[in-house]
Amino acid sequence: MVKFGVVVFPGSNCDKDCLWAIKDITGEKADFVWHESKDIMKYDVIVLPGGFSYGDYLRTGAIARFSKVMYAVQKFAVKKNKMVVGICNGFQILLEAGLLPGAMLVNKNLKFISKFIHLSVENNKTAYTNKCVKGQVLRVPIAHGEGNYFCDEKTLNSLIENDQVVFRYCDGQGKINVDSNPNGSLYNIAGIMNKKGNVMGMMPHPERAMSARLGSVDGNLVFQSIVNHVKKYL
Amino acid sequence: MSKYNKANDLEITDELIKEHGLKPGEYKNILTILGRKPTFVELGIFSAMWSEHCSYKHSKPTLKKFPHKGKFVIQGPGENAGIIDTGTDLAVAFKIESHNHPSAVEPFQGAATGVGGILRDIFTMGARPVAGLDSLRFGNPESMNTQRLMSGVVKGIAFYGNCMGVPTVAGETVFEDSYEDNCLVNAMTIGIVEKKKIIKAKASGLGNSVMYIGALTGRDGIHGATFASAELSEETAENRSSVQVADPFMEKLLLEATLELIDKKIMVGIQDMGAAGLTSSSTEMAFRGGVGIELDMDKVPKREKGMNAYEIMLSESQERMLLVAKKGREKQVEKILNKWGLHASVIGKVIKKPNVIIIEKGVVVADIPVYPLTDSNHPLFPLKKQKGVKPAYLKDIDIELDDVRIPEDLEAVLKKLMACPNIASKSNIWEQYDHMVQTNTVILPGSDAAVIDVKDRDFMISTAVDCNGRYVYLDPFKGGKIAMAESARNVSCSGAEPVAFTNCLNFGNPEDPEIFWQFEKAVEGMCDAAKALKTPVISGNVSFYNEGPGGAIYPTPVVGMVGYITGKEKRYAKQYFKDNNDVIVLLGQTKNEIGASEYLKVVHGIIKGPVPDIDMKKEIAVQKTCRQGIKKGIIKSAHDTSKGGLAVALAECCITGTLHGDKPIGAFIELQSDLRLDALLFGETQSRIIVTVDRANLPALRKIAAKNRIAASEIGKTGGNRLMINTDWASKKNCEKINILLDELIELWSKGVNKYV
Repeated sequence: MVKFGVVVFPGSNCDKDCLWAIKDITGEKADFVWHESKDIMKYDVIVLPGGFSYGDYLRTGAIARFSKVMYAVQKFAVKKNKMVVGICNGFQILLEAGLLPGAMLVNKNLKFISKFIHLSVENNKTAYTNKCVKGQVLRVPIAHGEGNYFCDEKTLNSLIENDQVVFRYCDGQGKINVDSNPNGSLYNIAGIMNKKGNVMGMMPHPERAMSARLGSVDGNLVFQSIVNHVKKYL
Repeated sequence: MSKYNKANDLEITDELIKEHGLKPGEYKNILTILGRKPTFVELGIFSAMWSEHCSYKHSKPTLKKFPHKGKFVIQGPGENAGIIDTGTDLAVAFKIESHNHPSAVEPFQGAATGVGGILRDIFTMGARPVAGLDSLRFGNPESMNTQRLMSGVVKGIAFYGNCMGVPTVAGETVFEDSYEDNCLVNAMTIGIVEKKKIIKAKASGLGNSVMYIGALTGRDGIHGATFASAELSEETAENRSSVQVADPFMEKLLLEATLELIDKKIMVGIQDMGAAGLTSSSTEMAFRGGVGIELDMDKVPKREKGMNAYEIMLSESQERMLLVAKKGREKQVEKILNKWGLHASVIGKVIKKPNVIIIEKGVVVADIPVYPLTDSNHPLFPLKKQKGVKPAYLKDIDIELDDVRIPEDLEAVLKKLMACPNIASKSNIWEQYDHMVQTNTVILPGSDAAVIDVKDRDFMISTAVDCNGRYVYLDPFKGGKIAMAESARNVSCSGAEPVAFTNCLNFGNPEDPEIFWQFEKAVEGMCDAAKALKTPVISGNVSFYNEGPGGAIYPTPVVGMVGYITGKEKRYAKQYFKDNNDVIVLLGQTKNEIGASEYLKVVHGIIKGPVPDIDMKKEIAVQKTCRQGIKKGIIKSAHDTSKGGLAVALAECCITGTLHGDKPIGAFIELQSDLRLDALLFGETQSRIIVTVDRANLPALRKIAAKNRIAASEIGKTGGNRLMINTDWASKKNCEKINILLDELIELWSKGVNKYV
């Protein structure tokens, strides 16, 4: 079985949701990892969940990146090449920690946005999307105040050239344009990975789209892809 | 330095007594209780504890009329929150509370701290908050003032609830001119607790340590309770220091730490420091335990230098709790708090003499018997025996039906109503609230009720908040009754059995006999409905003095209802149409009623009665039919008719699915009736629910309806991209009254209010 570690920062609030999605729906192993822990090498995948780590005071993710566990996560990802997934606040922390390029701005409408949106799978040859078809439209919720992804032109070009853009916001038919961009993100970016492909951050919450009762099962594809990848290659 | 930073032996003048909101008679009681003149600190404590906000001195005798008992009730009123059984190992805690005045003065912080306060009430009972609801009222949405208030209030609620990770799942936003100077912000929280872990706000065990956890005490919010117990005036802005500042991150840590403390069973009781902070929490905990509490001011963790006992006792700094530890467990308490980056300090102890004793620098600065301070049955407690007088405005309050002209163009009326503030979509409000965190929200905002799943158990929670203040204004008794009936109906529309309710009674100045009459009559009406529905009130809050320079608000007793969806299948229904070619059935009957309606106000500019009739027997039968149909898997969608009547409800059935990405579904309706057309289409007759069924299941539904002795009329079918309503089709002449593209309805309905948010 694949072993996931879900990090709990002070202020994390999607930690329990991620644990539920992994254990109860995907059927794999998962533990909580306290933010002061450095003992994470036993896990196959580390998940940085959503929430308001350290109240998101100062700037989202800006304080969490200095927590003890993040030094271990750096080593886990960079030296050991193991998988790290950041969801929402987790994505913001990965950006602040420099594990992914770019930064988050406040949503274009200056408001917190919580709703179902559509995602287009831009690259299906990744550890996070191998169960999807290229261009497949997923229905997943977002819930954030700062999800307006930004980077300079050079970085964007390199993200595109290296196929690092994993998800883009689109409409129900898969059309990617200004109207289907909920927060003003550059290039409608909803999720990106690093060059090596072992670190991925996404603003939408796949753990909230795990059952028909909750309105969508599309999030399961993300977790199933991760499990598939770990079982195949690691 | 605050104006309260004065020596404790300050001379107690008449002016000082008045400034503390104490009446001469009340001051006399203080002299009798103490047998001497009070100290400055004691005066402050009496002032806070006897403020309307803490003492309920005007409302207590009336509130006793509410039914509090029932087979589900584990904890009724009198604790931090009420608790009901679920028939499993779990129980549900919930309560609603107001934060009106702070929100009117400083909307963002006022609303945020309101949410924080009600969340603490829930988790101090040992329950993890699983859902939040909000009932908001503002003046005209076109006014800049309303837009400023609304934007601040919504941002404040979002700021707090989102950070806490508690989904805000339902609510209402109402606009009426009477709320222009005094907006209403009522917040409700629902939590789930393991029955064996329920803990109460009670001090016991002589010598046990009284401990303080959470944020530091500052000078913010001093006399907030007293501020809440007076009318808002031009000078209110000066009271900005009476509004507290919110720190949801601190509260999130406090939530996790508190639940861990409860889990470890190392406390005997815990209470949050809400209104009147340390004063009310210590006094009330002592009162419930029949003991006294001694507090040492020098040990209270402080944010500012030079704070005196008066300021410390009356501060309303947020995110603080008072607890009584089990003997010898103080270190363990501290360790858990430290784990979450917080501190715990022993600041006092439980004593035998039932007094609150305050020590500052080794000197006793206050020594007050607990009972007269907080027990409404004590002879020296300043309970007010007010008498109500029927308000003069009610003399000429009903319309003559014949004087109201029926408009020619009924489609134009529908369009106008769909775009009017009280009916139009509020999605720009609730999309700012995280409503899906915790992965349990089965029915999302925008339906009659929200539904929260409880994983691994055979039940779900359904909840709604409701009140039509205009109805209550025009007829307090009927209005109160309808508020109850409608909240239960909303919960029934989701498939849930209504179980218990909480209420937030927002009224004007109770010292005015006419306001007090509104209050008494509304409560009587609510009691009537509660008894008929067999749903007790298990918690609540009263907010008086909701008046601005323009007068009192509409009397607004907001009802929060909680119901259960049970059974292995957990069957539920949403309000919007599910499939094409389903049969549309109206449960209940329409009457010739247009009084008090949204239609009468929006189209004719008339705010007059009579308020629609309500027959609880029929109401209960209609709700039961709906629930039974959903539980049997027959009913596919259910929506009650409310503001805007049948036509608006039908339009909502067609288009509200688009809120969460579902397709709109049209309808073809044929109505045969000899009622006035405006009453038929837009009247607000109670006890009606629009449901859809597969044609094959129509006989089964009719059977259920017949058994419950209610009318179930087939009025049309779903399908297409238009809403078409024909009336009097038998005459075959000019029978098409409404024929409109859904896209046009969506456009009007989406922009009506959202453009102001």
